[in-house]
Amino acid sequence: MSIAAVSSFVIWFISATIRMATPLVLATIGETFAERAGILNLGIEGTMLMGALTGFLVTYFTKSLWLGVLMAAVVGLLFGLLMAFFAVTLGVNQHVSGLGITIFATGLAYYTYRAVIGSPTVPPSIKAFSTLKIPLLWKIPVLGPIFFNQYALTYIAFLLVPLSSYVIFKTTFGLSLRAVGENPESADAVGINVYKIRYISMIIAGTLMGVAGSFFTLCEFNMFLYNIVGGRGWVAIALVIFANWMPWKVLGGALFFGGIDVLGLRLQSSAIKIPYQIYLMLPYLFTIIVLILVARNASYPAALLKPYRRE
Amino acid sequence: MISLPKFKLEKRETPPFWFQVLMPLLAVVIALAISAIFLAIIGKNPFLAFYNMFMGALGNKFAITETLVKATPLILTGVAVAIAFKAKYWNIGAEGQLYAGALAATWLGIMHLPLPAVIYIPLEIAVGFIAGALWSLIAGYLKAKMQVDDVVTTLLMNFIMIYIVQAILNGPWRNPKTMYPSSVPIAKNANFPKIIPNSRVHAGILLSILAIFFMYFLIRKTKLGFEIKATGANPKAAHFLGINTVKTIIIVSIISGGIAGLAGVGEVCGVHYHLISGISPGYGYSGIVIAMLGGLNTIGVLLAALYFAVVINGAQIMSVNMHIPIFISDVIQGITLLVMLAMLLFFEYRIRRVK
Repeated sequence: MSIAAVSSFVIWFISATIRMATPLVLATIGETFAERAGILNLGIEGTMLMGALTGFLVTYFTKSLWLGVLMAAVVGLLFGLLMAFFAVTLGVNQHVSGLGITIFATGLAYYTYRAVIGSPTVPPSIKAFSTLKIPLLWKIPVLGPIFFNQYALTYIAFLLVPLSSYVIFKTTFGLSLRAVGENPESADAVGINVYKIRYISMIIAGTLMGVAGSFFTLCEFNMFLYNIVGGRGWVAIALVIFANWMPWKVLGGALFFGGIDVLGLRLQSSAIKIPYQIYLMLPYLFTIIVLILVARNASYPAALLKPYRRE
Repeated sequence: MISLPKFKLEKRETPPFWFQVLMPLLAVVIALAISAIFLAIIGKNPFLAFYNMFMGALGNKFAITETLVKATPLILTGVAVAIAFKAKYWNIGAEGQLYAGALAATWLGIMHLPLPAVIYIPLEIAVGFIAGALWSLIAGYLKAKMQVDDVVTTLLMNFIMIYIVQAILNGPWRNPKTMYPSSVPIAKNANFPKIIPNSRVHAGILLSILAIFFMYFLIRKTKLGFEIKATGANPKAAHFLGINTVKTIIIVSIISGGIAGLAGVGEVCGVHYHLISGISPGYGYSGIVIAMLGGLNTIGVLLAALYFAVVINGAQIMSVNMHIPIFISDVIQGITLLVMLAMLLFFEYRIRRVK
């Protein structure tokens, strides 16, 4: 291979990795907010699928991509509220309620698609987002095409990392958020409204998950496909643990798995005679390996999974 | 914001028995009422739809036998999940364990060994159990010994197992004569016998009934059952009582995964006679709904599995007759689980008016 070919491959690979990491960053940051407040949101996978569906359908009928993103956010928010209702208001088992929401949302997404679109042989498509070239910057050699020729949602996702880090660690809200996730009784004692903080965190979480889902239908693909989220929500759950509930560390984890995804797709289309399913299972395999490596050092928020009832 | 202003939740000492019976029934009715909204939205008459669903599942002898065919794997995955949840081993991996069992059963079946059915069939059951058990044991071991989150591992292992099955079906086991990826048929002597003439009901249902009895005796009558309940209720206290909770979790993961694996054996040896990648339409996930609706109770799991067999089988008929998307069955399952969960609150607590 020539040097030019190698360098263009490297540029393509890093740029594609950043692109593929986008929904993982959004979903994992969302889940981080939920878990920081003490709620494990296993509704994530279903919420993302509903986001993917909503983004697609709204754009399909209105031709407006941003309206699609917005409505995906709204639907995600609603599913966040649903999870909050079970985990905060009712205070029932978070594992089971989250799974219930995922089963419900998954069924609802496919049900709605089939009811609205039917099952045509060629699934309808939309005109997806094209990349947004940042003026001047995108012309910088190497760095330009890697960092400044991405989707708008990708820029938003990566800007959310410092923003959410700031919110969690430097603001009053962040302090309250961490307090209700660590020790809700004490938080309540100093006048923090535990229910309110948990509801707000679930709204943030659900919104980000919805937007994460819309990335699949509005950027990565231009249609809604069966199994389009494909377990990325579960990978995000693992990434939160890997990142030790720190937004900055989410970045590393998401890029790592984005890279594996890209590698898988690349190898899938290469001439090597290995079933492509082997590559598809790589992200899940690596997630488990990473979980094993970090399990002992994971510092779960102390009140995670614990409902709070004011006496 | 959400505390009930004039009411107070009070923990019940012992929930009355009628509650345990009435609550799931009420949950089913409420869930159907909510699901009706989704039918009405797309312009379908919910009453007619549910009539089609129940008649499609129970309306004649053939319909009932088809419901039993669906109930066979559902009872097994329901039992598998219920036993796991009792110990708080969060096994969301029954789907993958089912596929592991199906894979092993196919592996043995397509060898076409010169064995009589009385040996071949028990061997099929054994390898299916072992495969499911081993697949689940990985997550159980990681949870018990290394504190790796079992929800995530069991979930992700579903994806890995299904990709393994697809890779094998597209590669070494590909039947060249079929259009869709499928294995060649398994040996005739490895086929489960039919137990109701002119139907698809096969001997696998006997395994399901056996699993129900097994769960009953395991939980109620054995030392291990006590250890499972104690580990699930409070692992620290269980440890204090001298129970080896690590060992208990590992054993539970083996039992739970093995039983889920049997569901896969039944689908291969009793229904399809070959392996396809869509051998389960989510029976493993339905197992979670069934275990919860059944209150992790043996009889409850049996009844819940029969109910969802009606929903899943009936939804197919409803879907064909009324052009309603088949996914309504998943919507009903999800809503039922959520409604049941909300009602559990009233099971554990009573609402008292605060003066």
